[in-house]
Amino acid sequence: MQDFIQHIINGISLGSIYALIALGYTMVYGILKMINFAHSDVYMVGAFAAYYVARFFGIDASPGIATLITLLVVSMVCCSLLGLAIERLAYRPLRNAPKLNVLITAIGVSLFLEYAGQVVFGADPKVFPEVMKDMVLFNIGDVELKSFDVTVLIVSVLAMLGLQFLIFKTKLGRAMRAVSANASVASLLGVNPDRIIAFTFIVGSSLAGVGSVLVGMKYPKIDPLMGMMIGLKAFVAAVLGGIGNVGGAVLGALIMGLSEEMVVAYLSSTYRDALAFGILIVILIFKPAGLLGKYTVEKV
Amino acid sequence: MKFIKSPLIAIAVLSVLGLVFDFGINAYFQLILLFALVNCLLSMSLNLVNGYTGQFSLGHAGFMAIGAYFSAYANTHWDLLPPPLQAVEFFIWAGCAGLVAAGAGFLVGLPSLRLKGDYLAIVTLGFGEIIRVALLNMDFLGGPRGYSNIPGFSSFLFSFIFASLWLVICFFTIWRVMHSTYGRGFLSVREDEIAAEAMGINTTRMKVRAFVLSSFFAGVAGSLFSHFTNFISPSSFTFLQSVNAVIMVVLGGMGSMTGSVVAAIFITVLPEALRPLQELTGVDLRMVIYSLSLVLVMILRPKGLFGDLEITDVWRKYVRRSA
Repeated sequence: MQDFIQHIINGISLGSIYALIALGYTMVYGILKMINFAHSDVYMVGAFAAYYVARFFGIDASPGIATLITLLVVSMVCCSLLGLAIERLAYRPLRNAPKLNVLITAIGVSLFLEYAGQVVFGADPKVFPEVMKDMVLFNIGDVELKSFDVTVLIVSVLAMLGLQFLIFKTKLGRAMRAVSANASVASLLGVNPDRIIAFTFIVGSSLAGVGSVLVGMKYPKIDPLMGMMIGLKAFVAAVLGGIGNVGGAVLGALIMGLSEEMVVAYLSSTYRDALAFGILIVILIFKPAGLLGKYTVEKV
Repeated sequence: MKFIKSPLIAIAVLSVLGLVFDFGINAYFQLILLFALVNCLLSMSLNLVNGYTGQFSLGHAGFMAIGAYFSAYANTHWDLLPPPLQAVEFFIWAGCAGLVAAGAGFLVGLPSLRLKGDYLAIVTLGFGEIIRVALLNMDFLGGPRGYSNIPGFSSFLFSFIFASLWLVICFFTIWRVMHSTYGRGFLSVREDEIAAEAMGINTTRMKVRAFVLSSFFAGVAGSLFSHFTNFISPSSFTFLQSVNAVIMVVLGGMGSMTGSVVAAIFITVLPEALRPLQELTGVDLRMVIYSLSLVLVMILRPKGLFGDLEITDVWRKYVRRSA
């Protein structure tokens, strides 16, 4: 029983990281109706940005909340700049192209970042600097609540609440929702879709930046291909919850994190990567729009 | 350009080419050439689904893996014919490997082809990964250590002719299918699914058929791959391998048979041709250039190099006219 609770805590912590990345997928999908395969590589670049800044300025010498916040900001800024550049250079020229072309471009950008990353950062894994001290906050019986898990949870919840506020309470958020509903009508009403899309990329990418620092803190080994698997899982989480739906992404990510933790704990860790897709396939067959998604019938 | 209209002439031309290559080039280039043939097979088969039927499949490496493993296992464990006829046995097992892969394609396709576009892409990707993870956990197939000592052909010439035989079979099967009523059905699914449905075409059935035929040839390609390398492991069939196949189809032109052949040869040769650059700069820039060119092709020439034209059409349209 205590093991079980411990696994649930770990699962929630893993799930909230997935959620941060899944939100980026779901936001871009909601507005552009495209899978931004490069999102997970933006996340990788964010981790490396934080790594180099920490090494260069030596801020990893004093682990603590201040270091965490600095690295979060650095990573968010780098990621959003990169996201903006990708949108401008690769996706905007294809705004009216067939969906397949956009998808292939996204895969191309993703491969480009991965292999350019190997050239620039080197292919060998690096150890992420110590951002915070990991300590046991309190334990009930054998169940330990560690400060990393709590930090991850708090930061992700804050980021998600911020996003929720942005989307539903601000003017920009309203414009985003308008573009998502119908870009051409939105532009008739004075919204500039290009700017809103660029803004979406900034927000989505900076969430990936937050995720990258949190993952670097918890699993301190980073390499240029680190985005591949976590990106696929986060994407699956987004689809699971109903892609384009913010709440759905969080729900899907929590389900993913929990079920993965349970599979590793009670079955075999080799099935870990197959699990995500197994869940996805079952969901898509029985509920093609995801758990919280709305199924739309195509009209002629 | 007439030889592409007749299978027998095509086989003859390819055999002569094989004989030339047997003496003309060294073993390194010969191996690249064999991989180019495997990739041709792969890209032509994927072209059927991605190019002609317009369904985006990202799990081709999975079917290739099934074919490769089946063929490897069958050739080492089951003897059908006496040793002098081993080449025929290779051929039979390659066909069976294709059938097994086609069966898997049917099982995968039936549920997932009800989805469209991005969803289909991600589900097929998932199936590809599941096949890979399943292979990792099968101990009698070597698991993560891979499967080694797969029997292969003794000489390059035999390998080349064997591969070209399958290549010609694949090319003409798909070619004839695409010029039949079925082919029209596939194309109509690509152009407008709703209109096709309204015209009385069972779109799901069409898609599943295209998928099954495509995975058959992917399985054969896997079988050839296992004979040529003599070693396979689950890491030979990752997501990247599927992406590779997609890149070939897209680069050659969605829905162009000869286009995918040209692109497959190009994509196989390109990384090797860029090797001197790697020695010059000291870093591995091959994949960077490769992915960058993919993005550029998508932006500058969205329909691929050939579009939906065949090489003969391109010839007629641009070369002959200017002469």
